[in-house]
Amino acid sequence: MPTEEHVLPDTALDVIAPACHDEEEYEMVYHKPTTMVNVAMHYCPGCAHSLVHKLIMEVVEEMDIQENTIGIAPVGCSVFAYEYMDIDMQEAAHGRACAVATGIKKLMPDKYVFTYQGDGDLAAIGIAETLHAINRGENILIVFMNNAVYGMTSGQMAPTTLAGMHTTTSPDGRDVSYYGAPIKVSELMANLPGAFYVSRQAVNSANAVRRTKKALQNAFKYQQLHKGTCLIEIIGNCPSNWKMTPVEASKFIDEEMVKTFPLGDIKVPKGV
Amino acid sequence: MTETKLMKGNEAMAEAAILAGCDAYFGYPITPQSEVLEYLAREMPKHNRIVMQAESEVASINMVYGAAGAGFRAMTSSSSPGISLMQEGISYIAGAELPCLIVNVNRAGPGLGTIQPGQGDYFQSVKGGGHGDYKMIVLAPASVQEMADFVYLGFDLADKYRNPVLMLSDGAIGQMMEKVQFKPYTRPAVDKSWATTGKPKTRNRNYITSLFIQPERMEQHNLKLEEKFKKIRENEVRFEEINTADAEYLFVAYGLSARICQKAMDIARDKGIKIGLLRPITLYPYPYKRLEELAAQVKMMLSVELNSGQMVEDVRLAVNGKVPVEFYGRMGGMMPTPEEIVHHLETLIQYHHAN
Repeated sequence: MPTEEHVLPDTALDVIAPACHDEEEYEMVYHKPTTMVNVAMHYCPGCAHSLVHKLIMEVVEEMDIQENTIGIAPVGCSVFAYEYMDIDMQEAAHGRACAVATGIKKLMPDKYVFTYQGDGDLAAIGIAETLHAINRGENILIVFMNNAVYGMTSGQMAPTTLAGMHTTTSPDGRDVSYYGAPIKVSELMANLPGAFYVSRQAVNSANAVRRTKKALQNAFKYQQLHKGTCLIEIIGNCPSNWKMTPVEASKFIDEEMVKTFPLGDIKVPKGV
Repeated sequence: MTETKLMKGNEAMAEAAILAGCDAYFGYPITPQSEVLEYLAREMPKHNRIVMQAESEVASINMVYGAAGAGFRAMTSSSSPGISLMQEGISYIAGAELPCLIVNVNRAGPGLGTIQPGQGDYFQSVKGGGHGDYKMIVLAPASVQEMADFVYLGFDLADKYRNPVLMLSDGAIGQMMEKVQFKPYTRPAVDKSWATTGKPKTRNRNYITSLFIQPERMEQHNLKLEEKFKKIRENEVRFEEINTADAEYLFVAYGLSARICQKAMDIARDKGIKIGLLRPITLYPYPYKRLEELAAQVKMMLSVELNSGQMVEDVRLAVNGKVPVEFYGRMGGMMPTPEEIVHHLETLIQYHHAN
């Protein structure tokens, strides 16, 4: 249960400075990446976005590529990604992130360019831009957050909504005879020769977080090779729209989501 | 001495893009302007520039967004149905204040329409074809020479105001061959410190966005844009006048219609009708003030357009009822002959004389 000291102060929306009150007594073993803007995020408790933002920015910090990285924010819950990532970013129209990324990367081929997109953005309205960018082998990283619902508009059915899953626009559960089966984006895109590295991960446990971090590290490094597109799909927790507690949402990923979206590498480059 | 060449309007525009230092062109084939992509696909790589055939007009305008946001000179071109598909991207570009050049080689519509020339995209071009409050600077060439010249002008105005510029041509000006000279051009120095080129430690991050979720901030952004559009209206009105000094009647026409009206004017003047022509070169900002002045001089204005009567509404706004403002147009890719226009003019003069 939240106690009074867990309630964010009024200033929380401006700046929260990291503080260690007993610096002499304690050793600092972890800090928020310096590549993140030091503000409170708007994400719901238990949401995957804040964690994945941080993982990406950790990789940018560790590789010391802040000066050479340009991100593309989507339309959806992570529309404000540029408020949190302390790098140059562009906010794309709904679904168009891969086209925007293409425009940037073609002109600055030595920069690290990544898109950050949800399932509605990437797999519904933006699937053409995504597929063609990957087919061209655009040398970008696509971070695909798949939580099986439209988050920002509060829980409508997405192209990745599980069969039978209840959403506000599939109140009786997704009927696959009417709406088709959930699209397995990673498997679909891995078939394209332009896809260099495709992996599906999650962030619902410490081990899962470590594996996601590793996949992101690989993808950023592969971008130096100019060999094609990297696609990292991340099964994201969405407790608010799944009507679950954060713990239930993490369990739901392990027990249900992975049946449709099995985790692991889907396409791994050889000899790198 | 500058060499004179014989070229198609679309190709002259493409060549001018190269000479204007266009870093990247993104396009999708559509008649009657596919030559632009073909020309640039051949020529841009020779200059180490980027050219790309996108998967759709939706993608090409968003590639322009990305490139322009990174500080590069970027352009696209299309024809009416393709420009409709770009409206979302154009609204975002205007909202994010990105400089770029968009060319519409107008064909007749609505829908798939026909590949023949038209001017039915006037409203879409000047009144804001996409959502929200924004304006593009709209340049209307009436010759192959202007299709080339307005590329330089368009890029420079886009950079000056951080705003998208639309060149509204049509299938005839784009396809016809005329002589053209590529004048020496020097690109003005422009500050693009706002571009997303990668954040060094020495500056705050740059981000390109049209999103201002708090109404107070959104309104501030709207007001900032309106201030810019006001400056554009004050400083960038361009038009051409022919035979207006003694004119008793006035043709108002742009682009291809203005070319036809020039011939109609000669025929009418031979018949003793003192008629002049005002040709708006910028459709936004529109020469309201000059038309208002001319309303004190002429007895009637006739707006001639290749549509059902769109620009005539702006002429009427300018004239504000002081003199009759009439309209004559053809649609569907059909073009009026100069004689047809003169006949209509004579009928109108008789009608207004009798009433």
